[in-house]
Amino acid sequence: MTAALIIEQLLNGLQLGVMLFLIAAGLTLIFGVMGFINLAHGSLYMIGAFACAAIAAATGSFWIGLAASLVAAAAAGALMEVAIVRRLYERDHLDQVLATFALILILSEGTRWLFGSFPLYLDIPPLLQGAVPLPGGGQYQLYRLAIIGVGILVAIGLYLLISRTRLGMRIRAGETDREMIAALGVDIRTLYTVVFALGAALAGLAGAMVGALQSVQVGMGEPALILAFVVIVIGGIGSIKGALVGAILVGVVDTMGRFLLPKLVALALPASQATMVGAALASMLIYVVMALILAFRPRGLFAGQG
Amino acid sequence: MAEAILQLTDLRKNFGALKATDGVSLDLRAGEIHALIGPNGAGKSTLIHQISGSLTPDGGSIRFLGQDMAGLDMAVRARRGLGRSFQISSLAPEFTALRNVMLAVQARQGSSFRFFRSVGSDKSLTDPAMAMLARVGLENRASVPAAELSHGERRQLEVAIALALGPKAFLLDEPMAGLGPDGSKKLTGFLDALRHEAPILLVEHDMDAVFALADRISVLVYGRVIATGTVDEIRANPEVRRAYLGDTA
Amino acid sequence: MAALSRETIANGVLALLLLVVPLLAAASGETFYITLATRIVILALAALGLNIALGLGGLVSFGHAAFFGLGGYVAGILATHAFNGEALLFGLPATTSMPVIWLVAVLLCGLVALPIGAISLRTSGVYFIMITLAFAQMIYYFAVSWPDYGGEDGLSLYVRNTFPGVNTAQPLPYFLICLAVLAAAACLFWLLRGSRFGAALEAARQNTTRLSAVGIAPFRIKLVAFVISAMVTGLAGALFADLNRFVSPSMLSWQMSGELIVLIILGGKGRLFGPIAGAMVYVLFEYALGGITERWQFFLGLVLLGVVLFARGGLLGLVAGRARHG
Repeated sequence: MTAALIIEQLLNGLQLGVMLFLIAAGLTLIFGVMGFINLAHGSLYMIGAFACAAIAAATGSFWIGLAASLVAAAAAGALMEVAIVRRLYERDHLDQVLATFALILILSEGTRWLFGSFPLYLDIPPLLQGAVPLPGGGQYQLYRLAIIGVGILVAIGLYLLISRTRLGMRIRAGETDREMIAALGVDIRTLYTVVFALGAALAGLAGAMVGALQSVQVGMGEPALILAFVVIVIGGIGSIKGALVGAILVGVVDTMGRFLLPKLVALALPASQATMVGAALASMLIYVVMALILAFRPRGLFAGQG
Repeated sequence: MAEAILQLTDLRKNFGALKATDGVSLDLRAGEIHALIGPNGAGKSTLIHQISGSLTPDGGSIRFLGQDMAGLDMAVRARRGLGRSFQISSLAPEFTALRNVMLAVQARQGSSFRFFRSVGSDKSLTDPAMAMLARVGLENRASVPAAELSHGERRQLEVAIALALGPKAFLLDEPMAGLGPDGSKKLTGFLDALRHEAPILLVEHDMDAVFALADRISVLVYGRVIATGTVDEIRANPEVRRAYLGDTA
Repeated sequence: MAALSRETIANGVLALLLLVVPLLAAASGETFYITLATRIVILALAALGLNIALGLGGLVSFGHAAFFGLGGYVAGILATHAFNGEALLFGLPATTSMPVIWLVAVLLCGLVALPIGAISLRTSGVYFIMITLAFAQMIYYFAVSWPDYGGEDGLSLYVRNTFPGVNTAQPLPYFLICLAVLAAAACLFWLLRGSRFGAALEAARQNTTRLSAVGIAPFRIKLVAFVISAMVTGLAGALFADLNRFVSPSMLSWQMSGELIVLIILGGKGRLFGPIAGAMVYVLFEYALGGITERWQFFLGLVLLGVVLFARGGLLGLVAGRARHG
């Protein structure tokens, strides 16, 4: 086991974490501002991936596809908010869960209707093909590094948006006091639609970027959604900072667990069993971490903070 | 002097820089009504929450019937005999008035881990519950869901529930709030008799009621007790007049 | 005794349908419909288990598929070992006897639900929803990545397990077994709801502070309800494995958890026959629409959305009006 291999795995973990952050940020923002739990957030991620793959195939340009994914996901999110979600803010979480579960069924089957059951594929754009040398030998895919870079930019952008802009000020006010912000004359309905669309666009961006690493298919959204849930539960629901820390933690722990646990188990068990036991344990690892964190901090690491 | 049922000693609670409870010491003695008054934001609710167990104090102690209550949650304190009513009515809204009281009777009798016998036909639950409703004058409303009771009736139901627990002390948080003059008067008469069953720590804004009922009054301002004494002593206390009642009072 | 309420009448009709239709199907040799009815009964049982936590206690568990699947795997694993003549862990003998399998499934689900519930119940609201979901995913991924019992591909039971004195391989006797179990579980639900425990549990749903203030610790009440709920759903899982003679991780999946919630809400949460009405509608809908279009889930989504937006209280709510507590 060389240092380069470990660095590579750490970077993979970071990249997974960044993807999860893009999904979790929208989820946690929507919950923090509107108190809404959106299971269909994973479908927005899927819509982003499909839009990017379809438009990139039609135009031959990944970049146009990427732009299309942002537009499609944001539009789908805004539509969802205006047509359905808006009616559910005052309902209990059970109704929200159920309605968005129904939306998953509709969006998944609808996508399958449009695009068929076969997965789509998306190529890495020429600009980002190739690899970068790592310290200590070895190489790392440029595209994955680019994803990490985008994630860091989005995190900074969100921080600036929320702490420095008028929109951010309204979001913060909306989190603490809906009535006050309404009294200030801010159009709360428009604010909610904008926040929903912003969250959707981030999920769509994640879907588009990940589309070049794995196949684009119906059902890709829900595993990502569930991981994003783990992320925001660990981080504290409503906290962007918590989403960032939780996402990196989950990404790195999951990746390193899959890499290291089989090797660790091999010290105690024969090789044939070790792979199996190690893999099974690794697949459960982040849930164990989540349970441990919650056992000590039931409201997550950064509950109640911006 | 009667013994102290409830004894707070140097209780402290801060929210950030705000000293919500700043070294409060007071006691509640058998047979008395001890009223706690103070302007809005004086920390009365914070104090009640610490006594009932929904907030943990930063320092000081709460002793009830001679035992330290530190670390005990709300349910345990209730079982030890601290009967509480809420500032804002806190009932099981879908249950009828009767079932709300039956829940308290059931809790007082002990185990809720009985899985098979129907409570509806259990006279050991329904009879005492009905008796409590009758005491507060709600016997005709027994089968109405709590959510459909009037505001005044809900306050009465709160008191019936507290009674059903057979508590050793009552913690009543603004029981008069939102009641009309008639309702206040009725409740005042009721509480007057209740003190002989168990002493009452009464948080109340209705000064007529407080002056009519209280054996002693403590005045809380900015988290501190600035005076404790009989009604006449408090009325005459210059510090209280300045800080709270205003010189015209 | 007052006149029968509309809900009681609706329940009677449902119970009668559930018994008579399969008997008619058996008489006319249409065994497919018996299987369909058995599926309804088992899904209703699973949802009835969840209804104890969700309907009575207000505990929105989005992870009950974990118990449904565990029950299924107990049936599958015990039967496979018995078939191959292998002992289990610690040399315990395997079995194909349903009563023993049920007992093991129920106990195992209770044991697993205890720590999951104890951790999840430290939280509430959305946290509870997500944490129960995450625990179920943990078990799901374990089943997927553990190859001994089929991993992702699942595990087939060579023959249906046995029940003393009954030929379980025949559709009708197996249906009747399942129906008897459902009837017993419905009795349990009814007794629980009317008992002191049920009163405390329903109070916990409506107002946790109230429950604490009368001196009942909500945590223990909710935990016991969660465990009982998991046991009933686990029992349904064991029956489901025997119905299909197949278990796979899909029984543990988040979609399954979602479906169980859907069954309850479709029928009417907290109601005795809610899960039964929900399962009937769901399975028949799946069957009827599935015959017309592959895309039946699309339309299911639309119907579900309509129920959430416009028919609060579920189908029984539409028929019988608002639930009241006497």
